[in-house]
Amino acid sequence: MREACAIEVHNLTTTYGGAPVLWDIDFELPAGHIIGIIGPNGSGKTTLLKTIMGLLPASSGYVKIFDKDLEQIRHKISYVPQRESVDWDFPASVFDIVMMGRYRKNNLFKRTNKTDLEIVLQSIEKVGLTKYKDRQIAQLSGGQQQRVFIARALAQKADIYLMDEPFVGVDAATEHSILKLLKEMRDLGKTVLIIHHDLQTVSDYFDYLVLLNTRLIAKGTPQEVLTEENLTNAYGGQLTLLAKVANLIKVNQFPIREKDVDL
Amino acid sequence: MQTFLDFISFKDPNVMYVILGMICINSSSALIGTFAFLRKRSLIGDAIAHSLLPGICLGFIAAGDKRMIFLFLGAFLTGWFSTFLVDYIVNRSKIKQDAAIGIVLSSFFALGIVLLTYIQNAGYTNQGGLNGFLFGQAAAINRDEIYLFALILLIILVAILVFYRSFILISFNAEFAQSIGLPVRWIEFLMTSLTVLATASGIQALGVVLMSALIVTPAAAARFWTHKLSRMLVIGVVFSVFSGIVGAYISYTHAATPTGPWVVAVLSVITLLSFTVSTKSGILANFLRARKNKIKILQETILKTIFHYHERRGLAQNLDSVLTPTDLLSVRVYDTYQLQKGIKRLIRLGFLVAKEKGFTLTENGKIEGRRIVRLHRLWEHYLLKRTTIDALHVHSGAEAIEHILSPEIEKELERELGIVGIPTKDF
Amino acid sequence: MGELWIIITASIVALNAAILGCFLLLRKMAMVGDAISHAVLPGIVVAYYLSGDKTSGLLLLGATLTGVLASFAIDFLSRKAKIQGDASIGITYTFLFAVGMIMISTMMNGNTDIDMECVLYGDISLINLDKIVVDGNLYLGPRAFYIEVIALVIIGFSIGFGFKGFKVLSFNEDYAKALGINTNRWHYALMTLVSLTTVFSFEVVGAVLVVGFLIIPPATAQLFSTKLKQMLFWASVFGILAVIIGYYLAVWMNVSITGAMVTVAGIDFFLVLIIQRLVDRKKRSTTFAAPEFITPTPKNSVE
Ligand SMILES: Nc1ncnc2c1ncn2[C@@H]1O[C@H](COP(=O)(O)OP(=O)(O)O)[C@@H](O)[C@H]1O
Ligand SMILES: [Mg+2]
Repeated sequence: MREACAIEVHNLTTTYGGAPVLWDIDFELPAGHIIGIIGPNGSGKTTLLKTIMGLLPASSGYVKIFDKDLEQIRHKISYVPQRESVDWDFPASVFDIVMMGRYRKNNLFKRTNKTDLEIVLQSIEKVGLTKYKDRQIAQLSGGQQQRVFIARALAQKADIYLMDEPFVGVDAATEHSILKLLKEMRDLGKTVLIIHHDLQTVSDYFDYLVLLNTRLIAKGTPQEVLTEENLTNAYGGQLTLLAKVANLIKVNQFPIREKDVDL
Repeated sequence: MQTFLDFISFKDPNVMYVILGMICINSSSALIGTFAFLRKRSLIGDAIAHSLLPGICLGFIAAGDKRMIFLFLGAFLTGWFSTFLVDYIVNRSKIKQDAAIGIVLSSFFALGIVLLTYIQNAGYTNQGGLNGFLFGQAAAINRDEIYLFALILLIILVAILVFYRSFILISFNAEFAQSIGLPVRWIEFLMTSLTVLATASGIQALGVVLMSALIVTPAAAARFWTHKLSRMLVIGVVFSVFSGIVGAYISYTHAATPTGPWVVAVLSVITLLSFTVSTKSGILANFLRARKNKIKILQETILKTIFHYHERRGLAQNLDSVLTPTDLLSVRVYDTYQLQKGIKRLIRLGFLVAKEKGFTLTENGKIEGRRIVRLHRLWEHYLLKRTTIDALHVHSGAEAIEHILSPEIEKELERELGIVGIPTKDF
Repeated sequence: MGELWIIITASIVALNAAILGCFLLLRKMAMVGDAISHAVLPGIVVAYYLSGDKTSGLLLLGATLTGVLASFAIDFLSRKAKIQGDASIGITYTFLFAVGMIMISTMMNGNTDIDMECVLYGDISLINLDKIVVDGNLYLGPRAFYIEVIALVIIGFSIGFGFKGFKVLSFNEDYAKALGINTNRWHYALMTLVSLTTVFSFEVVGAVLVVGFLIIPPATAQLFSTKLKQMLFWASVFGILAVIIGYYLAVWMNVSITGAMVTVAGIDFFLVLIIQRLVDRKKRSTTFAAPEFITPTPKNSVE
């Protein structure tokens, strides 16, 4: 039996100033799993999440979520940005940030209601930050900051979670408790997509993997993906040619997709 | 015409002072501004320019009159102090750099206004013209000042010549410069001091608000024309000096209007033009490049299609058939008008020859057609080997790439894949 | 009586600027505010030129557009022409300011309504010359006061109504986008408000000094605030405080009023910065080796 497909990425290409950073990425991700995205630094992992979320325009290809366009189903997706991408000096408390998880396009002008308040408090409780709920976010440790983000994602009550390196700057104990939480979420049928860089732990953490380096190097179960060959292709500097071609494309501002019209 | 001749023959000695002044000021600030630009600290010039005002006033109060050296010293001190404060705020609080610049700029400027009104109301004689520093008064440049400005230009030139490599390293990557043991702090101190000097030299002519344009804009305009630092310096200076002279000329012919704004306006227009027509990254260049790419793709695709036509009939070895456009359309979808145009171009370039009932490949055309098909297939094999890709998608994934693979990349592909000749399988 | 009107009017300027300045600062766009306040000059010149009279409301709204246009231009230069952000700001506003100056010198011959120095630091001591008088004797206060009140109503309403939107936009643009919020629309709404404040307060405090009100009090508040509302509150307090102290200082020393107000704001900032550092140092020497701002907490796990 085929599993339901949560995210379908079809021939997706994203460029920065003409250079393809993601190139013809094509995969379908099963719903109800914890899925890892791995690849060396600068391989386009963050770019992939941002393109899925519509934060960056795709230069070709498309993304479908539960077979729908992003805009139709955005409220079902929660995005957790990289921790460094946020200004932690922002004058806001843990509570304020988690509350942002309840913001929607159509309730920005409304007052917060009781349900929202309850959901927010529950989410903070779940990640164990109740004690710190009024503390300014700069006065938290790295692990606590990461948990604020997770609480915000929980507060969003989404079905799909896209997380950019949630384990960076987090101590081992927190990492395990976050993982436990994610597994609970999975067991409730949620889909969790996580960018991860620690190859040691991948096979323990994830049910399904996507290995990237500008192009899709491999996808599938950890056993299928973590082969010697795939890893050398992704990490062993075997793709210098790919990088050279990407650079040529940028320098010449070359259009990389042509309509395929051979008969 | 007569006014123009009057202008360039320096009938009026003041015109000469303005022009010489502009040459010195604009060169100094364009040179040092280029480094500020590369260090992404363009707006520091803005903070400095505003901070000169209280210094000038303090210099005046100290001297009791408008002796240039006092004004200049005061300006240098407060200007320099402002950059110190910006760094202090950024390093010692959570305030970010642009806000720190804004804080320093407006407080110093406000203090300057306070002092200026204090001087005006305190009954100093001889204070008239101090508020010329607010908006600039190029016409007031006199002979002594030219010497000073020339000296500043000389100092900046010498410093850049002596410290050229350190300046480059620090502008591009200060951490790396530190790691190889350069005294980064001292060199940054030197660069800051030079920026203050250049700004101070122009404050009288341009005024506090517009002076920062001479620091920021020339470098930004030059950047469109080159990626090389040495050329950027030269181009920036040329643009800036040119704007200075044109600005002075316009102001000369329209006596009611001040020089500074015209200089900045001309400089901005040059920047806008650079962005449009520059050969490196201008809109026009991009447009032309896109056209060139399109033509190249069309021609190469036609040659490839001719190869495919033969291959499907088992004639890949000789490629001698005479073809009509309709034959090509049986292999691939084309816009007919584009196809006709492409064929004509290929005939003109000697890749095809016209025959009675169509056209056929020349020897060159055969070579070129084989090369393109080969590149396409090499790339397909590379993708299959190194990445995960559906056999269904690999063809379209390689489409378009054959047009850009250079001969070196072709060699590397051969080496990596161990393939000679044309792979027969197309996906 | 005139004194009070000046202080009240300037306080409203400070309040408007403080509120918007907080969001500008948090969005790291302080210098965009600076640019807008300079770039409205051509718009204002045209407005004055066409009305021939002081401040006609509609024309000022037109001038507001110039500021928004400047923020468009900055975006365009950095996105399309790939000029780095701070250089785009510098180029845009110096150009527009130069154009404004050229326009003043060519179009404004003999028109004293807008003289050059007023452009930089306003004319606050003169606002009482332009009064609203009903029935020939009922004095309702200076026109500038009413203009500022209008600005305050617009800003208060927009920020109050769109508080959540501006907050999430300032916190993290990507996150706001991910929630499906049209960040472009919110960004330009903020730019329009900033432009509006600078245009409306131009006569009172001038183009350069309004930046002082926009940036300094919010930055002072940011030094110690832990909540957005707290920052907004203290920014307003510091702004108004600078107005009051600055006014009396200026009168006492017989110097520019607006200049003194912003100078006081600047001194306030550095005082708070230094006090805060002293307090921190003390805290650090008493609580054992804790890094700045980060209170050490046991790395407990998720319960
Ligand atoms: N804003 C940007 N402008 C230009 N290039 C970028 C930008 N952001 C990322 N890149 C480039 O895109 C590539 C992929 O980046 P990213 O998706 O962040 O990688 P990862 O998250 O896998 O480390 C990198 O080579 C990086 O240099
Ligand atoms: Mg990343």
